[in-house]
Amino acid sequence: MIEIGGFTALYIFMLSAFTGYEVISRVPVILHTPMMSGSNFIHGIVLVGAIVVMGSAETVLEQVIGFFAVALAAGNAVGGYVATVRMLEMFNPKDKKGEA
Amino acid sequence: MDIFIQVVYFVAAILFILGLKKMSSPVTATGGIVWAGIGMIAASLVAFFEPGVFANSTNVVLIVVAIAVGSGIAYTTAKRVQMTDMPQMIAIYNGMGGGAAAAIAGVELVKMAGGHHAIGGTTQVLAVLGALIGAVSFSGSAIAFAKLQGLMNKTFRLPMHMVLNLGLFVLTLIAGMIIGFSDEVSIQLVLVFFLMALVFGVLFTTPIGGADMPVVISLFNAFTGLAVAFEGFVLGNAAMIIAGTVVGSAGTLLTQLMAKAMNRPISNILFASFGSDSGTAAEEDIEGSMKEVQGTDAAIMMAYAEKVVIVPGYGMAVAQAQHKVSELTKLLEARGVSVKFAIHPVAGRMPGHMNVLLAEAGIDYDKILDLDEINPEFPTVDVALVIGANDVVNPVARTNPDSPIYGMPILDADKARNCIVIKRGRGAGFSGIENHLFYADNTSMLYGDAQKAVGELISGIKELQ
Repeated sequence: MIEIGGFTALYIFMLSAFTGYEVISRVPVILHTPMMSGSNFIHGIVLVGAIVVMGSAETVLEQVIGFFAVALAAGNAVGGYVATVRMLEMFNPKDKKGEA
Repeated sequence: MDIFIQVVYFVAAILFILGLKKMSSPVTATGGIVWAGIGMIAASLVAFFEPGVFANSTNVVLIVVAIAVGSGIAYTTAKRVQMTDMPQMIAIYNGMGGGAAAAIAGVELVKMAGGHHAIGGTTQVLAVLGALIGAVSFSGSAIAFAKLQGLMNKTFRLPMHMVLNLGLFVLTLIAGMIIGFSDEVSIQLVLVFFLMALVFGVLFTTPIGGADMPVVISLFNAFTGLAVAFEGFVLGNAAMIIAGTVVGSAGTLLTQLMAKAMNRPISNILFASFGSDSGTAAEEDIEGSMKEVQGTDAAIMMAYAEKVVIVPGYGMAVAQAQHKVSELTKLLEARGVSVKFAIHPVAGRMPGHMNVLLAEAGIDYDKILDLDEINPEFPTVDVALVIGANDVVNPVARTNPDSPIYGMPILDADKARNCIVIKRGRGAGFSGIENHLFYADNTSMLYGDAQKAVGELISGIKELQ
């Protein structure tokens, strides 16, 4: 845990927002669905937060909610990854030559 | 140890951004997701070494079990699902992320209610906001999944739906702010707050028609990103803040691009719920009548054409007809017919949905053209074959200012010399608007499931050889 306070937080937020905007603005339409799936995978980073929170759980209720947090987050990350890879495999030029 | 953890998070954040950037080109895309995946594994592993995690061995065991359960279910479903059902799977995985973010906030708030001192200040408000956004994304995505999966076909509206929902939102916000600004919170209020947020997510999504779901899923994707970023602030985790915010803004842009392709402001998609009052626009007079054609006749028309353009839509996806379409393309090309594909930006259930399916069937992406590239060509096209697309080729979008889809850019299939439309039945499209293309003189209707109809075309062409 690092201290991220006040304006530092705001600056991180602002710069990240511009980064996301810039990165996706050059994506061709054909990749929009894989891209949506890929960005869906990336917010699977919520798993890190879920692990930390679950690790600090003290009561049974906290453990139950924490358990759900970790399971859902892992589902987000793994499902997002597999779905994206499956879609992107179809755009793989090597596979295309193999089929033709 | 703490320095090591922070370095790994830092590298993970870089990998996420580079991965997303690599995903923006078909050549490097596969590498991009692998980079992001490495970042994710590394970040998740070091998360175990955060202070306090190893203090309680029961918790560590529970974490491992939860990861096994969550990833096991997600892995098997993601591996098994048909490519055509991918949009709703993205919706459900996204909803899981939103639920996780809300649950993180839930644990923090329960701790506060249990006597821990308040998180305090802006962070506490952010925790509550993240919980609200995450919970809405969770229940909303579940509804989006149900709609696309066909578990829930009708749009559902309560009387005074908008007013009720707005009222619920305001109440949820008030409850959230009470929690966000107080030093002690009651567990009952937290519970009520979460319940209201979940119900709001459901009511927010139910009136929106299936055709608009891609926009909604994209919006929820951005929501989840934002919720993750907010919980990142609460936990002081920079990787979560950066990854969440990047997804939040990228998702917002993607949502805007989609709404733009439909030529409707996002507010109109989310709050006007068009399609529910189908009576108004559909009642007008239509000249001409629908002419049915047999598969063999349509096949002859295409086999002796010089230039064929195929316009795929959701009907092709539902029927899993992309492989048949690929076979048809190869047959036609063997006869010297030029075949191209015209993809409307919102054809199918997501932007690029059709491209993914056609790529799966092994069709070169050089032949796949988007709206601006193909529209000037239609007047020189001999046969436009519309497979299960409807609103995206409806000429009233150009001609009738009263139509709800007026102004939406469409594929000018009606300008082709001949148009063959493969359609399951005679009903109107998702929007409930009658399609004038189907009644045009140069249009013939080939009724049937896309897979079966394209199969008829294939056997028809084979007979000519």
